[in-house]
Amino acid sequence: MSIMEYNGAAVVAMVGKNCVAIASDTRLGQQAMTIDTNFQKVFPVTDKTMIGMAGLATDVLTLRDRFRYKVNMYKLKEERTIEPQTFAHMVSAALYEKRFGPYFIEPVIAGMDKRNQPFICSMDTIGCINFAKDFVVAGNAGGGLYGMCESLWEPDLEPEDLFETISQALLNAVDRNALSGWGAVVHIITPDQVITRQLKSRMLDWADPTVKDKAVRYTRL
Amino acid sequence: MECLMGLVGKDFVITVTDTMAIRSITVLKHDEDKTRELNPHTLISYCGEAGDTTNFAEYVQKNVKLYGIRNNIELTPGATANFVRRELADSLRTRSAYQVNLLVSGYDHKKGPCLYWIDHLSALAQVPFAAHGYCAYYCISLMDRHYHPDISLDEAMGLIRQCLEELHRRFIINMPRFVAKVVDKDGIRVIDL
Repeated sequence: MSIMEYNGAAVVAMVGKNCVAIASDTRLGQQAMTIDTNFQKVFPVTDKTMIGMAGLATDVLTLRDRFRYKVNMYKLKEERTIEPQTFAHMVSAALYEKRFGPYFIEPVIAGMDKRNQPFICSMDTIGCINFAKDFVVAGNAGGGLYGMCESLWEPDLEPEDLFETISQALLNAVDRNALSGWGAVVHIITPDQVITRQLKSRMLDWADPTVKDKAVRYTRL
Repeated sequence: MECLMGLVGKDFVITVTDTMAIRSITVLKHDEDKTRELNPHTLISYCGEAGDTTNFAEYVQKNVKLYGIRNNIELTPGATANFVRRELADSLRTRSAYQVNLLVSGYDHKKGPCLYWIDHLSALAQVPFAAHGYCAYYCISLMDRHYHPDISLDEAMGLIRQCLEELHRRFIINMPRFVAKVVDKDGIRVIDL
């Protein structure tokens, strides 16, 4: 059992035409047992930058808080909002600081910079950055995600097409992975707004009053 | 080997804990209370390494009480859960990490009842129902099948009894006694199972 596979996660980011997308599943588990089906792994950094973290849930929460503090301090000191590229190096440095006792997460960063150019990157647990022009993946469904992204992604997708592409890539990857899934969240970042959508995968929906028999709720919606 | 359960109802939270203090193969005590009241509307229940559990629970209990006295306003259950998580997370990366699993149940006067699940690695999740220890394997599935968000207190007690019956039937460890506590707008009280 690897500590990276203890809680289960899948995160993916993609570049489009004047937009980027970042998405994650919403499962929190203890190995094979699912604890929560609404666990967030993607967090806003600025109006146009987001970070997703796959790996050990406790470190996802700890680093969310830590990056929020660091970004707030940056804003106060520099009197400007942080660029996604700068933020990526901030994350990298924060992870490498713990080189010999690392945080067990693989981050994925997506954002639009000040010239409204899309930016995505991913990292390993000790902050080695992987810059990409197409897509990046992290988490337990990583292999499946690479396959899906490789076949579905194409350059210069408009926001709505990018949404469809990233959603299909994520859902079909996590459906073949036991440790991730149970719903997904997709964020599309454009120069002037962030569109956030919840996706249902193979999951129970407690809030849905139209479904009476809970046994049939497991069907694909 | 210990058992903690929690369930959020329409306007209340129930937590159920077993009452055994175990060391190795011996049961030392049959009436151990594995819960601590943090403030009038927040309760934590805990299990794990014998010394760590009470030590950590009392440490956060005293600090949450101190916050209430100093600031003349009580921490909300959400704030309490995040405080507990942070204390546990900070201890996790020391040589003497607390090995404690917790459930934080509370009644927020603005947001209603809530339940937070925290494991020994200090992952935090707000959930409608939760369980810790081996009993989770038996109880989570039962609650998955029968839970709904506006469950009444009587219905919830029925579900808890079903869970306990399942434990008695299938679980190898004999747990004769459990304590159930309810947190609602009026505070914390013990309820008969």
